[in-house]
Amino acid sequence: MFANLAQLFRYRGLIQSLVARELKARYRGSVLGFFWSFVNPLLLLLIYTFIFTTVMPNRVEGVQPYALFMFCGILPWNWFSASLTEASGALIAGGNLIKKVLFPAEVLPIVSVIANMVHFFFGLPILIAFLVIYRHPPDRWDLVWFPVAVLVQLIFTLALALIVSALTVHFRDIRDILSNLLMFWFFATPIIYPWFQPGLERYKPLFNLNPFTHLAVSYQEILFFNGAIGHWKWLIGLGLSSILLFLGGYWLFDRLRDSFAEAV
Amino acid sequence: MIAIELVNVSKIYRRYGGRQFSTLKSALLKQSLLRDLRPSETFPALKDVSFAVPAGSTFGVVGRNGSGKSTALKLVAGIRKATGGVVRVRGRISALIELGAGFHPEISGRENVFINGIMLGLTKQEIQARFDDIVDFAELREFIDAPVKTYSSGMYMRLGFAVAIHVDPDVLLVDEVLAVGDEAFTHKCLDKFSEFRRRGKTILLVTHSLNVVERFCDEAVWLDEGVVRAHGDPRRVVDAYLTAVEKTEEQQMAATTARAVESAAPPSTRPADMFQATEGRWGSREVEIADVVLVDGRGEPSFVFHSGEPMSIRLKVRAVQPTDDFVFGIGLFNAGGVCCYGTNTNVEEMIPVQLVGDAEVTFAIDALDLIEGTYKLDVAVHKRDGAPYDYHRLLYTFRVNSRTHDVGIYRPHHRWMFSSNVRFAARGTNDMTE
Repeated sequence: MFANLAQLFRYRGLIQSLVARELKARYRGSVLGFFWSFVNPLLLLLIYTFIFTTVMPNRVEGVQPYALFMFCGILPWNWFSASLTEASGALIAGGNLIKKVLFPAEVLPIVSVIANMVHFFFGLPILIAFLVIYRHPPDRWDLVWFPVAVLVQLIFTLALALIVSALTVHFRDIRDILSNLLMFWFFATPIIYPWFQPGLERYKPLFNLNPFTHLAVSYQEILFFNGAIGHWKWLIGLGLSSILLFLGGYWLFDRLRDSFAEAV
Repeated sequence: MIAIELVNVSKIYRRYGGRQFSTLKSALLKQSLLRDLRPSETFPALKDVSFAVPAGSTFGVVGRNGSGKSTALKLVAGIRKATGGVVRVRGRISALIELGAGFHPEISGRENVFINGIMLGLTKQEIQARFDDIVDFAELREFIDAPVKTYSSGMYMRLGFAVAIHVDPDVLLVDEVLAVGDEAFTHKCLDKFSEFRRRGKTILLVTHSLNVVERFCDEAVWLDEGVVRAHGDPRRVVDAYLTAVEKTEEQQMAATTARAVESAAPPSTRPADMFQATEGRWGSREVEIADVVLVDGRGEPSFVFHSGEPMSIRLKVRAVQPTDDFVFGIGLFNAGGVCCYGTNTNVEEMIPVQLVGDAEVTFAIDALDLIEGTYKLDVAVHKRDGAPYDYHRLLYTFRVNSRTHDVGIYRPHHRWMFSSNVRFAARGTNDMTE
């Protein structure tokens, strides 16, 4: 397993070109092309702004402008959920490669995650633009934590992507389970509401059990809230457990590897 | 030095019986998650296969469909893992198993060449250096920047082949790719293989074109149901394989014939138009054809014959009453229903005198000069005025195999003659293009 893991480093050229291919192919033939990477989160932001400032306004203290607050959590969530959704179908979609070419299968879910990470980065300029428009600059020193949060999310997402992609080969309905689970997960995570909203105190242990809470809260503290990052312990904790989860996920993937060529 | 070595390799495929639509839910409900991941049934694709391919040689693998050829190739390529035994390969491998696997239809040929090259283990710089060769080989210079989805299947295949062959492997694995392209492309592939051979690379070739194996390979194995049945000189291996194929064909012919004879056993009426008639049997049975056997040159009953070799049709007849009015006849029909030959004792001016009790009639052909194909046989005994005693219409099937793939319905005894300024190379010494 560790030999295979070391091999992974050798495939970085392959991963890089597959990610580039993924991004190119996605918008090939569309008029707006890469611009869609900006348009999608922008529209999402506008919709949420309309709903939570006009339709059902949220007036919790300290989270204004509300649209900006939500956007800090939605952007990473989109990366996370799109990665898992794509990873779940990655091995089946790439069946031709696994069956006919000597091809490291783990590259496929990894490419799904990294391609969506690039999309996440494309959404950041919009976030920055809105931070500027709303005159809501984040603390400069807080921003040091931003790459840490991205790294933790990357490892966490990779771990789940490996597990989901490997299991979906054998149980095809994981894909459907996953899409429903992700919807539930989204609303269970303090993204479109703040974790300190009055009335939610008794759910705090549940929030803490949800790994994505710690990512969402970290992003919100880094980008939105002023003051020190109170959540860094949780973030580091999640990072460490993500590494373990990744090793476990890779182990599972490695064990099921030989069955892929026959089962996809 | 040995380039590829298989030692006691076996491969067992699992069949997940009853889990065709596997669902996590049902697995969880029945608490059979782990059990379902275990095979309910296994299917051995390779059993204890061992062979070694010396470096620099061209090695053929022949066998019927499902004999394990492709599995063996995939094990060598490392795409699948052997269940038991050891597979050792020295040097860089390139596998021509599926051309263009991994091409993305939306992006250009150029980008696909790079990505495909990286998948096959090249670095960007290596691909850059070979890019022009690849494009020229694929003859796609003007289309290289078009998306691959706009390519014809031939262009797709050519590009896939071009990339795979330019990986410059030490060991090239080829699985039936020769069958996919047009003539010109096939020639190009074969030329490229010849070049590889000259440069001392190892080629493992899985193919059904036995000609290529005989003329191109240094060594061959014949796999049958996952077992090595023959190994060594390609001609000997191909011969052994062909003999076995004939045996199978023979069994099939025997079964066909037995079925036809059995279903025709009750006397049926004579059809109005003899030439429209399909298989059947009719007649008064005053004289009966009790048995028909086809016999080869060694006197053995057979259903498969070689063009140019002797064949005899042996009839056992039984006359209920002694008679002096009888004619024996035979007819040979090809698969298209065309009568290749027909004759009887009457047209050959033999005057019947007496037929009593059990008798034997043999129609001996010294050289069966028919082209390759499946033939059916009419045998009959009837009165001189044509009233049938026992007419067997197309009940007997036999096969003629031929090394020469000539066409037509009959092969005249022939030879070619040339003046001294026309020259041909002896077979096997020219390059392998056909």
